[in-house]
Amino acid sequence: MSEALLRATGLRLAFGGVRAADGIDLDVMKGEFLAIIGPNGAGKTTFINMTTGYLKPNAGEIAYEGRRITGLSPRAIVKLGIARSFQLPQLFLEHTVEQNVALAVAARMGIWSPLAPLLRPSHRDEARDILARFGLTAIADSRADALNEGARKLADIAMAVALKPRLLLMDEPTSGVAASEKMTIVETLVNVLRDAKVTAVFVEHDMDVVERFADRVAVWSQGRIAALGPPAEVLADPAVQREVIGIERHPTKEAPHA
Amino acid sequence: MKRIEPILALALAGAIIAAAVAAPWLRFVLTIALAKGIAVMGILLLLRAGQVSFGHALYIAFGAYTVAFLAPRVGDAVVLLPLAALGAGALGLLIGLFVTRYRQIFFGMLNLAMSMVFYSLLEKLYHFTKGSDGIRVEIMPVAGQALDRIAYEWTIFGIALGLAFALGLLLRLYLASPMGEALAGIKTRETRLEFMGVPARGVLLSAYVLSAMVGGLGGALIALTSRHVTPLLAYWTSSGELVFIAILGGAGGVLGPFLGATAYELIRVYAAASFADAWQMILGASLLLVILFAPGGVWGMAARAVGGRGR
Amino acid sequence: MAEWFQDNGLLLGLALLDGLSSAGLIFLVAVGLNLVFGVLRIVNVAHGSLYAIGAYSAASIGLFLTSLGLPAWASLPVLLLSAALVGAILGPLIERLLLRRIYAQEEVVQLLVTFALFMILEDVQKLVWGVQPIHHDQAMKLLGTIDVPFGTDFIPFTNYQLFVLPGIAVVTLVGLAWFLRRTLTGRVIVAVTTDREAATAMGIDAAKIFLLTFTFGAMLAALGGALSSPTAALVPGIGAQTIVLSFAVVATAGLGQIEGAALTSLMMGLGRSIAVYFEPELEVVVPYIIMVLVLLVRPQGLFGVTETRRV
Repeated sequence: MSEALLRATGLRLAFGGVRAADGIDLDVMKGEFLAIIGPNGAGKTTFINMTTGYLKPNAGEIAYEGRRITGLSPRAIVKLGIARSFQLPQLFLEHTVEQNVALAVAARMGIWSPLAPLLRPSHRDEARDILARFGLTAIADSRADALNEGARKLADIAMAVALKPRLLLMDEPTSGVAASEKMTIVETLVNVLRDAKVTAVFVEHDMDVVERFADRVAVWSQGRIAALGPPAEVLADPAVQREVIGIERHPTKEAPHA
Repeated sequence: MKRIEPILALALAGAIIAAAVAAPWLRFVLTIALAKGIAVMGILLLLRAGQVSFGHALYIAFGAYTVAFLAPRVGDAVVLLPLAALGAGALGLLIGLFVTRYRQIFFGMLNLAMSMVFYSLLEKLYHFTKGSDGIRVEIMPVAGQALDRIAYEWTIFGIALGLAFALGLLLRLYLASPMGEALAGIKTRETRLEFMGVPARGVLLSAYVLSAMVGGLGGALIALTSRHVTPLLAYWTSSGELVFIAILGGAGGVLGPFLGATAYELIRVYAAASFADAWQMILGASLLLVILFAPGGVWGMAARAVGGRGR
Repeated sequence: MAEWFQDNGLLLGLALLDGLSSAGLIFLVAVGLNLVFGVLRIVNVAHGSLYAIGAYSAASIGLFLTSLGLPAWASLPVLLLSAALVGAILGPLIERLLLRRIYAQEEVVQLLVTFALFMILEDVQKLVWGVQPIHHDQAMKLLGTIDVPFGTDFIPFTNYQLFVLPGIAVVTLVGLAWFLRRTLTGRVIVAVTTDREAATAMGIDAAKIFLLTFTFGAMLAALGGALSSPTAALVPGIGAQTIVLSFAVVATAGLGQIEGAALTSLMMGLGRSIAVYFEPELEVVVPYIIMVLVLLVRPQGLFGVTETRRV
């Protein structure tokens, strides 16, 4: 029987009158890929922000490997082995892709060496290895502000992976990525994460991606978890279909009321 | 461009030495230029993080007054220089703990405020600082050697040049190190640094303390050279001058501060000699011309002339 | 405590009344700077020069018209008109010729362009008006003095400083608040200040608003200068002093806040004049102490709003 790597209990957070988290209880199991789906504004990103220390819940607590992490700073939480990527990629725009990833490597190894170069052989090799696994070798020397959306997204995740986390939270890893590239990118991602034995939580809008890669799906609705279980089961639930999938699965082909 | 930087540095050093030998009055001007160049390296460091200090003249003045106060007691340039640097570094740590909590305009203005407080203290505490009359610094032994005026001036010139080289080299290494690159990361994505486990404020604070140290060192060299310190060293226009030199030189390379400082001091001396009432106007106009028509500064122009990239 | 007031009540009263008139002047200049910074996102270092030029122009125009036989009652309107004139000429000139070219540039470059302008205008003042003090206090004499009772004593105060300066400041504050909240142009200015991207995306003509705001800010600076001209002799350097004080007000008050600027000006005006009477050494330092204290408690300024970064 697998154990919970991350355990959230009774998380509540309100912004003004909006309840972004209204009693979230969730266990993330070691080694699983957990997808979070749900309409915009349901509080999916808020959950990631609370887990990574960017937001503090009004009530409830988050435990990681049995240790309470609510109230810790983002920096302290990263050090414990939780990394995240962003819905809007957060790259160092004036650096190259290789430097971006090397900075993450350096961040993990300790950055307080003022005289040895960032791109010393050890850091550079590791950065290049990660870029190769993400298929980004060709753009390693491009400046981050010159990339297309898909590459930016991958570079953003590559930086998080370079931190060697045991838990990786990804906020819409495939949004903004061209439909034709989507499956390839996710395939790459899953391989990288499985190799590295990383537990992953990802917010996703594309149900094909969810069906294919998630071990479990959590459906978010108005700050609560409306359903939780294996994709085949959850996605077949008529209530879930009505609330989430019906509008989101093929938004261009089907009218919302269909 | 990076690769030929050391060659350019040697060429610049050669030109400076030749000019100092050719015209004794230039020796004075160029020593001041080297001292300011050393201090401007600190401005460059903070600019890397996207932060503009409009108060770094504080550290120049601190270094200069350290020399003025301690000269009668310690009386050796070789001892006073590190003392000034360490003192300025300690002050920088104290002030830095406060100002590095802020960014952009607040960072700039808080530094300005600190320097103006220091300026006011220098002016008002007359019995201690001699107010706006300032304090004279006598010619002092260097490393135990008593020197005549000419030998002394040459020695300080040599020390300034040597320090410029050594510190330029160190700065170059620093900028390429993880700490230097993270510093540049503060400019574009500070929050990401935190999400990678890097304390952005600590990175900025380290750079700030270093910038204060080189400021103190530059100020000490200025005091040893001009042999007269006044509160004007800390006035906000002097801080503006440092940022001016940084941009004039071009914020790209480590050579920028020295190119900028040399150009600045030469324009200033020439303008003051030719148009006594309008030297500020000429400096201001030169700055406008550089910003509007040569955005890379003197360094950028040099880079373009050589044909490489401006960085 | 009661004894202290017995002994020092008179001084304190004097300090408070003095502080009121100086707060009025500080407010006029600082609110202009704040408005310009809010809309253009440029800290205009030359704002102090506009103050100085406003002061010098008002004095010269006043002296000239008096020599032509202008009746004394007209000296007050002349102050206001010369301020409007200075703002209306220099404002558009500076915005169109200089600032417009650098809106897309980095903060440091913008800061330096206005710093260069400051240097140029400093010398322009010296070339046009010389370095000898200029004094024209007809407007202040015109209004006479009033005996303000302090216990058993009466202290003569000029009506000009007691009523006109604070009065104009209050009228400006109320008028500005009305303009920004109740008129279309005012609301557009507020919209650009709070969310520039959204405002320009909605099709606001940024170029027009920038020109308007800058000209208006220039007029306010010139007005502050013009109104200060009868109270003291004009000497070079008043612009440099004024701008650092205005910086402190803007950073303390927070971005785009006119009521905040008013309150901060009041605190700094009173604080400074209390220092003048009780601890003259501290006069120049008081505004910065206030600023540092406020920013320690509220890093975004007294009335500033924190910008939350979305991730």
